[in-house]
Amino acid sequence: MREELEKRIVYSPEGEAIEIDPLKDYFCDALPQVEQKSSIAILEKFANWARSRSLWVLGFGTGCGAIEMRPLMTPKFDAYRYGIQWRPTPRQSEVFVISGYLSVKTLKRVIRSYEQMQGPKYVIALGSCTINGGMYWDSYNTINRLDYYMPVDVYIAGCMPRPEALLAGFEHLKKIIREGRGEGANKYAKDFAWYKANQKKIIKDWDMPDYNW
Amino acid sequence: MNTLIDKLNKQFPLKNFVQQRENLGFITIPKENAVAFITHIQKFEGFTHLVLLTAVDWLEKDKFQLSYILNNPIIKKDLTVKIFIDRENASMTTIHHLWEQAATYQRELKEMFGIDFPTSPRVDKPFILEGWDDLPPYRRDFDTKKYSEETYFPRPGREKNDPAEYMKQKLYPNE
Repeated sequence: MREELEKRIVYSPEGEAIEIDPLKDYFCDALPQVEQKSSIAILEKFANWARSRSLWVLGFGTGCGAIEMRPLMTPKFDAYRYGIQWRPTPRQSEVFVISGYLSVKTLKRVIRSYEQMQGPKYVIALGSCTINGGMYWDSYNTINRLDYYMPVDVYIAGCMPRPEALLAGFEHLKKIIREGRGEGANKYAKDFAWYKANQKKIIKDWDMPDYNW
Repeated sequence: MNTLIDKLNKQFPLKNFVQQRENLGFITIPKENAVAFITHIQKFEGFTHLVLLTAVDWLEKDKFQLSYILNNPIIKKDLTVKIFIDRENASMTTIHHLWEQAATYQRELKEMFGIDFPTSPRVDKPFILEGWDDLPPYRRDFDTKKYSEETYFPRPGREKNDPAEYMKQKLYPNE
């Protein structure tokens, strides 16, 4: 347990003692809920269309694949013309691009960021490493299958895929969202216990709440 | 560099000097004299820059080799000081009082090889691996493939070719 997460007593300017338990006081311990779809089909369809037209990507590069996102942002490939833009915080974004290999240390940060994102949220897994471990399949420190730790909507195979492949992946994700199949957040809420058990199996020093909302 | 080694040989029990290149030499020294020797060449011979501190696992000889690569920026030459220590309860005297950045190297060696450096700052804090509870992963008797298969849910159906076997079959199919 890290020092800043331990229970402690702090004093207010008036000298009043306040007991703090960071894991309880700083985080909400409610578990994720499955969100019901709108009962009016045309409204749901409109919402999905609107969601697919504006994808906000979390600017978090987890591995070497993050280098492919830079040309996408810049005029050479210019993903902004497809309604895709990068955001600095998890709270503002809805697409998580897992770019390449994922070490256990990064996975912990990825889970924290993923859980803080607002639903509906989508995950694009970039590169072979997220599918079966790729060239790091026998490494002691990188995961093999991303779908054991979070629901994945689109896989883009390759080592590394070109930015064009990433654009095609975004287009495919848009198709999935428009068809109403982008149910990653609900799947995560439904199978929460299974995902959490897998995550805790490999993250040995679990020092955060179960759900980092 | 030979004259320098001859001079130092009078003071320290140096062994196995190898001149790899004109500007790179290797020298072996017993563990007990190592820190005194490194301090000496830092203070008096101008090897003021610690390029690298790393380790090699000689599993067959049951030894760890520590390599201190030191650089003399004035004569532009590198000298690598090699020290052999036992693999069992591996421990070495710290040199963080000579170069502060050595503490980071020593922290890494502690985590990846399990070589202890007593009194080195933050040496017991996790460096890259968080909450590691197995054998240190850079030791050669640590089976990384087995660990990965047991831990990270491998995807079935992966095929691979042994390069030697594959090329033999392709080039000399009749043998």
